[in-house]
Amino acid sequence: MLKTFPLGGIHPPENKLTANMVIKYLPIPENVTIPVSQHIGAPGTTIVNKGDYVKTGQVIASIKGFVSSNIHSSVSGKVNKVDTIIDTTGYKQEAVFIDVEGDEWIETIDRSSEIVTEIKLSSEKIIKRCLESGIVGLGGATFPSHVKLTVPAGKKIDLLIINGVECEPYLTSDHRLMLERGEEILIGAAILMKALKVDSVKVGIENNKPDAIDHLTKLATGFKGITIHALKVKYPQGAEKQLIKALINREVPSGHLPLDVGAVVHNVGTAYAVYEAVQKNKPLFERVVTITGKSLALPGNFFVRTGTPIRKLIEAAGGMPDDTGKIVNGGPMMGKAVNNIDIPVVKGTSGIILFPHNESERSEINPCIRCAKCISACALNLEPFLLMTLSEKGLFERAEKERITDCMECGSCSYTCPAGRPLLDYIRLGKSTVIKMARERNMK
Amino acid sequence: MSNLLNISPSPHTHGKETTRKLMYGVVLALMPALLLSVFYFGIGAVIVTATSVISCLVFEYLIQRFILKKPISITDGSALVTGLLLAFNLPSNIPVFIIIIGSLVAIGIAKMTFGGLGNNPFNPALVGRVFMLISFPVQMTSWPIPAGLKTGYIDAITGATPLAIIKEGIKNGESLSQLMEKVPTTLQMFLGNIGGSMGEVAAVALLIGFVYLLLKKVITWHIPVSIIGSIAVFTTILWLINPEANADPMFHILAGGVLLGAIFMATDYVTSPMNPKAMLIYGCGIGILTVIITVYGAYPEGVSFAILIMNAFVPHMNAYIKPKRFGEEVKNG
Repeated sequence: MLKTFPLGGIHPPENKLTANMVIKYLPIPENVTIPVSQHIGAPGTTIVNKGDYVKTGQVIASIKGFVSSNIHSSVSGKVNKVDTIIDTTGYKQEAVFIDVEGDEWIETIDRSSEIVTEIKLSSEKIIKRCLESGIVGLGGATFPSHVKLTVPAGKKIDLLIINGVECEPYLTSDHRLMLERGEEILIGAAILMKALKVDSVKVGIENNKPDAIDHLTKLATGFKGITIHALKVKYPQGAEKQLIKALINREVPSGHLPLDVGAVVHNVGTAYAVYEAVQKNKPLFERVVTITGKSLALPGNFFVRTGTPIRKLIEAAGGMPDDTGKIVNGGPMMGKAVNNIDIPVVKGTSGIILFPHNESERSEINPCIRCAKCISACALNLEPFLLMTLSEKGLFERAEKERITDCMECGSCSYTCPAGRPLLDYIRLGKSTVIKMARERNMK
Repeated sequence: MSNLLNISPSPHTHGKETTRKLMYGVVLALMPALLLSVFYFGIGAVIVTATSVISCLVFEYLIQRFILKKPISITDGSALVTGLLLAFNLPSNIPVFIIIIGSLVAIGIAKMTFGGLGNNPFNPALVGRVFMLISFPVQMTSWPIPAGLKTGYIDAITGATPLAIIKEGIKNGESLSQLMEKVPTTLQMFLGNIGGSMGEVAAVALLIGFVYLLLKKVITWHIPVSIIGSIAVFTTILWLINPEANADPMFHILAGGVLLGAIFMATDYVTSPMNPKAMLIYGCGIGILTVIITVYGAYPEGVSFAILIMNAFVPHMNAYIKPKRFGEEVKNG
């Protein structure tokens, strides 16, 4: 029996169309738009001005506060303007527009193809390097990695978990990275291990990626403390708390963080970025993005410079199909639908999916038949039907008692509902209202 | 084609399950029992089922069209299920007009007055059945004796059900061992060759339906197993205490409507609890009430009443019996 998390979960069609497509480098576009906030926390402070010449890898917005991140230029060229854009979140934010001239990297980056195995930096230096290099969680949440590596006083971490689950359908960026940059990922894991001062790492990979499991298992024999674990395919296993439960059967209490049970989780993409930052001194300005969709002529996986408009990715994948009805940034379960194709690829962009018209509209909403399938699907054992009704009727105090804020918005309930009810839409509404209420209460 | 993109919040994909598919799954699961009831009760079974299904659909249509003035949803399968289940609870010789009245009560009163699908507190088919049982006690308790396809409709030869034979006999002071000779064998009951309402006679057909519902994940095991289990435990205790006055557990489970009730009636989504813990309590409640009514009550069998009584507790059970949430109470190491 393969391990998995016990409560709830679903198994949507995997549709991993690009699982066998080797990662290619997307040509550098003529101009890029680099948002100064590509992470959770405070946006960076822009430190370049119109007309400045910047090099690839140069800091253009510097970290502001602890929970924040540096933003680096992904290209060399002239700053055209600093202006606001509307990004995938739908909110306005500042971005640096750069007209590309050549590709001149800052000198400190080691551009050789040689794999550096020896870890020279100390624990503190590793964390500092991650901070300087703008490393954030590349699984989608984009939480600044240096914060996760800084263990608060009094907490004891005994295990690092590397998340190679990639439980979202369609996406294959982590899968390809494990196959093509396996050794770098494991060195990255070893670096993170050193930073956290732990002596073991578990890498969790869902069993629909047997080639990645085999490849990393072979490579892991050369590393001390690293073990690879195959997991049963079940969404949302890539969620930190579910992955921890699946791998080591520890349950992170409601409202707490993984480090409260002695574990820290980093994504395989993050481990690769950490390798590049620490061993090659390369800041995070490039990532793997899956561009996929059933109607695309040439779906694939690409190394993409941040700030590249997703239009370029779609062109590289054979152009926008006529039947496109929805474009999603991220996975089909948790990604965000975008309203134009000029929005830039950012650190958190794991994939772009083009859905045909017939898959982009919601089904009709029918009455709740109280079948309880939403409860069985919920990985937290919440009662989505109830949370929806409470939010709909404005009964937010009760929704809070029913633990609406525990919801991680994985979408399993809406996916499962036979009546096509928009459970998660209403739960989001209730959850944000309850969080706002709690904040106001604390201010009093 | 338009160049506009759809914008909607995640998830951007939906499972294949729909209300309609679930309802037709139940219909399919009822088919073995329907076929066997036609096999045992002939033309009467066909007439009763057709009348019940058609009148349930027609009443739902009329109410939605003319009273509620809402979109018509009779194709969602729920009225079809109610019609089938109501028919399964009737003797195959019952006059058409009584079935129509029962359907009106089931759909009109028990379902649509509360707002239609998803809002009714009591199982519509059972409300219809109990209404008919109280209003037409004679017609509702004269059970045709199975004679295959030759069984007539109104003119069918009737007899008492096994549970009624036992109940009457014990009241008249006969001993159980004498009575057991008058009732069908366990094998006959298993195959359904006994007097009784159309859908409940053939245990084997109902169990096939149960397996299908479990495999298709239409229902979970919790409610049927807890009902049958608690009946088995309770009747075993009674039987061990006094085997001369109390029938054995196998008899209780196979003779009446227990299987039909446990598999198809008590598991009705709308009127049953929504989490496994509450489902088990609900099931045990039904089991215990069934035995109490059957053994001590005025009616020879109690599963319908037991389910309706427990239906009344479901809103409270949903409100107070909560699943244990992830991360709620944590014991690590």
